[in-house]
Amino acid sequence: MKKLTKLGAVSALSLIIGATSAFAENIKIAFIDPLSGPFASTGTNGLHQFEFAADYLVNQKGGVLGGTNFEVIGFDNKISPKESLIQLQVAIDQGVRYIVQGNSSGVANALTEAVEKHNKRNPDSRVLFLNYAAVDPALTNEKCNFWHFRFDANADLKMDAITDSIVANPDVSKVYLIGQDYSFGKAVAAAANRFLGEKSDTIEIVGDELHPIGKVKDFTPYSRKIVASGANAVITGNWGADMLGLGKSIIENGFEGPIYTYYAAGSGITAAFGESGKGTIRLVGEGKVNPSPSQEVSDYYNAFLAKHPDGNLDQTRIANTIGMLARAIEEAGTADDVVAVASALEGMEYETMFGGKILMRASDHQAIQDLHIFEHTDEDIAFPYDGSTFGVKVINTIEMAGADSPTTCEMKRP
Amino acid sequence: MELILVNIIDGLVTGLLLFMLSAGLTLIFSMMGVLNFAHASFYMLGAYFAYQISIALGFWMGLLIAPLIVGVLGAGVERYGLRRVHQYGHVPELIFTFGLALLIEELVQFIWGKNQMPYNVPEVLNFTAFSIAGNSIPAFKIFMIFISIGIFIGLLYILTKTRVGMIIQAALSYPRTVEALGHNVPLIFMGVFGVGTALAGVAGVIAGPVLGTFPGMAFVLGSIVFVTIVIGGLGSLWGALVASLLIGWMTTFAKSYNIRMSDILNGIGISTPENLDDNIFRDFWTVTSPQIADILPYILMVLILIFRPAGLFGKRES
Repeated sequence: MKKLTKLGAVSALSLIIGATSAFAENIKIAFIDPLSGPFASTGTNGLHQFEFAADYLVNQKGGVLGGTNFEVIGFDNKISPKESLIQLQVAIDQGVRYIVQGNSSGVANALTEAVEKHNKRNPDSRVLFLNYAAVDPALTNEKCNFWHFRFDANADLKMDAITDSIVANPDVSKVYLIGQDYSFGKAVAAAANRFLGEKSDTIEIVGDELHPIGKVKDFTPYSRKIVASGANAVITGNWGADMLGLGKSIIENGFEGPIYTYYAAGSGITAAFGESGKGTIRLVGEGKVNPSPSQEVSDYYNAFLAKHPDGNLDQTRIANTIGMLARAIEEAGTADDVVAVASALEGMEYETMFGGKILMRASDHQAIQDLHIFEHTDEDIAFPYDGSTFGVKVINTIEMAGADSPTTCEMKRP
Repeated sequence: MELILVNIIDGLVTGLLLFMLSAGLTLIFSMMGVLNFAHASFYMLGAYFAYQISIALGFWMGLLIAPLIVGVLGAGVERYGLRRVHQYGHVPELIFTFGLALLIEELVQFIWGKNQMPYNVPEVLNFTAFSIAGNSIPAFKIFMIFISIGIFIGLLYILTKTRVGMIIQAALSYPRTVEALGHNVPLIFMGVFGVGTALAGVAGVIAGPVLGTFPGMAFVLGSIVFVTIVIGGLGSLWGALVASLLIGWMTTFAKSYNIRMSDILNGIGISTPENLDDNIFRDFWTVTSPQIADILPYILMVLILIFRPAGLFGKRES
């Protein structure tokens, strides 16, 4: 252990020296997410999108503060909260002032606490935590702090959008909830129960079920129950192999109706669903690319594909994160005083190229933005995923979703 | 009640798929006395090879060629790997196959990446064969049933009615005598290993489009295959079939009906405690059958090991 610490210290030290001498003027952004192990593809794809956004949106346009460039540095946290804290320390020691992370709310919870402690103890080297994908509502409620900003809609806001869309659909009277048996799956089910109960007296929840995560080899018995229950819509928070397995099985076994999901696109899932998911798979998310809202977005996407032909630009909020950070730094007139930058981010209204605007709500640092319900299809898809002909197309938009949603956050400002 | 019929068909599909995996494994075990931990990895290889071939030549060529490649690979593993390790005893053999499983998984990730592969049911079979009370039975599942039954009958015929089968059976019990009679026993071992892994390959080819083709597919199925052959009796083909079907039906029915533990306990005359929230057995009382469906085979295995250690159809007395 001692040896390891020594090794880490030495390598960190050498990195600091290397970094400070080579990129003295760059504004460094630490990307702390899994770059190895089972979630490596998700993390790597996110890193590519960050690098590209920083390069395309900032550096090629002359940088910020009259010529300073953004530099995104990847730190592998192996999706472990413990490892993330080590990487956070390494990043801070390298002079990084901006941390971005998104995969796993467990990691985000650990990071936001560590950042708050660090900033309290070290007023000279404070950092900001820009969360681009961890959706646990607690991060902008009871666990909120001044240094954390969330650019993705949280799980509750997304469920709000899904249930809005379900209530507006006259064909849906019975809903089946199914998810993975862990904290996120349970949170999705609880939110669905709450929102459907509030919004409609006629929609009945005919099933509420959790299955073991990552262990189900055949979803057929579950789909039989869904069909037998007479449900005409399904809501699931499943991801990865569980999403594909469940979705395929439900469709194959005779279910007709929409399946509302959080994560049924990209990472090979879109290509694997292919024709069978058409008209059935729905997703909730921000940022529209199909149909392309502007020439700017088309240029952006094409430039990304030119650099990463196999990649998916499936997290448009990454471009927003970089864009909003750049503007906040310009407004603050400094990149070193993160209190000034955070104050500029607070309450910022940002016109995104993907359509609509984003409000960084000052009371809890939750971005309020347009949420879309997407449909998995191959019609009118200018930008497909996974090298297939299929992609996701906007069918329904909720403008400034959850702008009046309550928060329990009591923000303490320095 | 129509649902019962649907579940019988679903359970049959699951069971027969399991059988194709366990048949090869149980043959290999009875012959060489080695548990092949990498067996499910050959199943995964079958799916990936078939996917790759199906892009160029279509699904049917994949079904034909992929198991052959997997079988040849399996035979190669026996000839150049296991046979060398064999002289050091069973533990090195186990470790060898265990390492092989890890190696194959890493290799698959290295070549095809970590994503799901778009390996789909062929167009000709992509329709609903018939439906029972709104539950459609895809034609591909019927096709899976026929393939697996065909393989079972073929295997049974070869093992019991042909000369090759007789030599294999003799080599199972008296390898030295068979060798003394002039038969090439190592060649038989290699052949059985090849055929066993090829069977796993076939299972992968036809399961890939339904259950998903991804690097974790071997892991998901790995342990249940061993449970199957222990329940059925190591080395018994009939045992493997019966145990597979038993597990298939048991898990399917348990998942399809929400039977609560409290219903069962009330049914046999134990009443639910008044204040369940404070009770230490709360989790036990509130458990439902879908939650424990996947551990039912393991419970059955423990019971079998206690009451009939040789398995349902096992003959070994040791």
